[in-house]
Amino acid sequence: MSEQKLTGAQIVIKALKDQGVDIIFGYPGGAVLPIYDALFQQNDLRHVLVRHEQAAVHAAEGYARSTGKVGCVLVTSGPGATNAVTGLLDALCDSIPLVCLSGQVPTHLIGNDAFQEADTTGITRPCTKHNYLVKDVDNLARTLHEAFYVARSGRPGPVLVDIPKDVQFADGTYVPPAEVKHKTYRPQVKAELARIEEAVELIANAKRPVFYTGGGVINAGPFASKLLTQFVKTTGFPITSTLMGLGAFPASDTQWLGMLGMHGTYEANLAMYECDVMINIGARFDDRVTGKLSAFSPGSKKIHVDIDPSSINKNVAVDIPIVGDCGAVLEDMLRIWKARAKSPDKAALKEWWGKIEGWRARNCLNYNRTESVIKPQYALERLREALRGKDHYITTEVGQHQMWAAQFLPFDQPNRWMTSGGLGTMGYGLPAAIGAQLAHPDAIVVDVSGEASFLMNMQEIGTAVQYRAPVKIFILNNQYMGMVRQWQELLHGSRYSQSYSEALPDFVKLAESWGCVGLRATTVAEVDQVIEKMLAVTDRPCIIDIAVDPRENCFPMIPGGKAHNEILFGPDDSPSDATPEDGMVLV
Amino acid sequence: MENAIEKHTIAVLVDNEPGVLARVIGLFSGRGYNIESLTVAEVNNADHLSRITLVTSGTRMIIEQIKAQLGRLVPVHRVHDLTDEGPSVERELALVKVAGTGDKRIEALRLADIFKAKVVDATLTSFIFELTGTTSQVDDFVGLMTQLGLVEASRTGVVAMSKGPAAF
Repeated sequence: MSEQKLTGAQIVIKALKDQGVDIIFGYPGGAVLPIYDALFQQNDLRHVLVRHEQAAVHAAEGYARSTGKVGCVLVTSGPGATNAVTGLLDALCDSIPLVCLSGQVPTHLIGNDAFQEADTTGITRPCTKHNYLVKDVDNLARTLHEAFYVARSGRPGPVLVDIPKDVQFADGTYVPPAEVKHKTYRPQVKAELARIEEAVELIANAKRPVFYTGGGVINAGPFASKLLTQFVKTTGFPITSTLMGLGAFPASDTQWLGMLGMHGTYEANLAMYECDVMINIGARFDDRVTGKLSAFSPGSKKIHVDIDPSSINKNVAVDIPIVGDCGAVLEDMLRIWKARAKSPDKAALKEWWGKIEGWRARNCLNYNRTESVIKPQYALERLREALRGKDHYITTEVGQHQMWAAQFLPFDQPNRWMTSGGLGTMGYGLPAAIGAQLAHPDAIVVDVSGEASFLMNMQEIGTAVQYRAPVKIFILNNQYMGMVRQWQELLHGSRYSQSYSEALPDFVKLAESWGCVGLRATTVAEVDQVIEKMLAVTDRPCIIDIAVDPRENCFPMIPGGKAHNEILFGPDDSPSDATPEDGMVLV
Repeated sequence: MENAIEKHTIAVLVDNEPGVLARVIGLFSGRGYNIESLTVAEVNNADHLSRITLVTSGTRMIIEQIKAQLGRLVPVHRVHDLTDEGPSVERELALVKVAGTGDKRIEALRLADIFKAKVVDATLTSFIFELTGTTSQVDDFVGLMTQLGLVEASRTGVVAMSKGPAAF
């Protein structure tokens, strides 16, 4: 092996290239100047300059979620690192593989309250899957390779590597990825066969089964989504999914019940409530999904497949826990199902589907179709029609528009839908869209947004313009923080405390000031026109300001502390008896 | 029954690297678990491994969560629930300083003898006793000494090991 010495900064660049990184999202500063100098002197690794470090992390998340690769971020010490914290926690909550490199003050100044010093590993410890402080340049390459391994293995997540400035200048030895093996971290990929066999028997004997799938299937790669689809088609069972799992099973299929949970469909939630066998693959019984825990699917046997043992029996006690990668487990399940020539109980299934079709006939996503005002649901239906058959990716911000997007936009493939599920970070969608667009330059990328969320990271239009990322920012402008207003209406006597979006900019002029295209729709007739114009723009970002009904609320809704069978369908359902005292305290 | 609070002694083998203890403690504070006792020291110098022994309490579901959460920390090698995995030996070491003269001083020395505590420092007006025993033995000793002029106590917390030939 050649003993060629490289500087720490050169080692960083070489390690990233060897890890297959092609784009890194970042923002320079004093403590990372050596790395930026090394970036300047090469052409393989493309750096994308964001306008705020939080956005660098979200952009890397958008890149990672739309490609299945590890996203990469570079920030400076102190405020650079603390600005990245929200993004890191967002990636942790949604299990997104990222490596974030942060500069640090030189090792001899650490702990001295130096300029732009922060205890970055201390601050990010609970916000990352793992983090490192590299004090010796000879450990740098090994640590970086380990960071990528940890980020993508097992339940993926963000890993931070803090690199003091003197380490970036120092000469050290490079080791290639193949020579680095983590000492201990070996997540279990293949599950115990006995458990899978048990699960197959339970599935075969089910009378009222339902598949409940989540982001774990997406994270296991497109192959896992194919296997899931195959297994669900083989059994003929109904399937629902969490917000994070949309796209793993095609939404255009008749077995698809729609999303479940607080704003999920009636048929999905009732199927969960009344099922006798629940097959959870890669979901984590999140509180948005379960509602009132004591009344959650009371009569069912539960199978839970998850790569993270700590997800099992955390919120809901299950009957058959299976620790393993969703793809590997589905492969074994299908194989055993076929080998044992299993078939579902057709008669019971027919009766079960009959019941489900009855719930489906309730048409829970119906809304008041009117010509007098643009309903947000209508705008999304028109967007759906315009995108049909086109190669597209959707990101969202957080709030009502996010739930409507999940309800009204269908996903037939994985990795097409990116939204902040666990942390619920307003301002996620625009940078995530930029990350997805740079990974897929020829595809259509739409950030379904609200006017309040958009304002949280709108500086990133500058990034989109600079890198000619023609993202479409589809603002459902109701002049409110809509979800906050909805809760205030239902739970706080319509006292709209601080939820009105005062002093909004003219979004069309805002777009034009950046050299983007700005479009506005204020009447129902204009919606199709602006969508058509928006899709015609391919060389620059486009902001679409859609003036929607400011009073519209997102239904169906299961209020906090209520069970799946206590669903509100619309404004006519009385909110006064909707929420019990103990439910009020829930978020 | 399911919600009964159980007390468990858990041994964790970790890489002795910066921040590892903060990770473990942060896990407990961040998720609202109890720590009743925690001890840590390097046990394998060549491989830089440390052993953490912690005593915690919670419902069965919480105890299982604690073990799963510990297990998913990257620098953790192994997690063993000594309370679940058959009989084990648990010991604690205490240094107990008692000040006084006359009858109380004599009684303190007499009780120390009964508890097989060693005198590791003596002046004309004080003793420091060293005692090794189970947590309840140490509790008892400290309780008695409190009435005889205890001025200071320092305890290591529990270290534990499963009985029999099997290794961790």
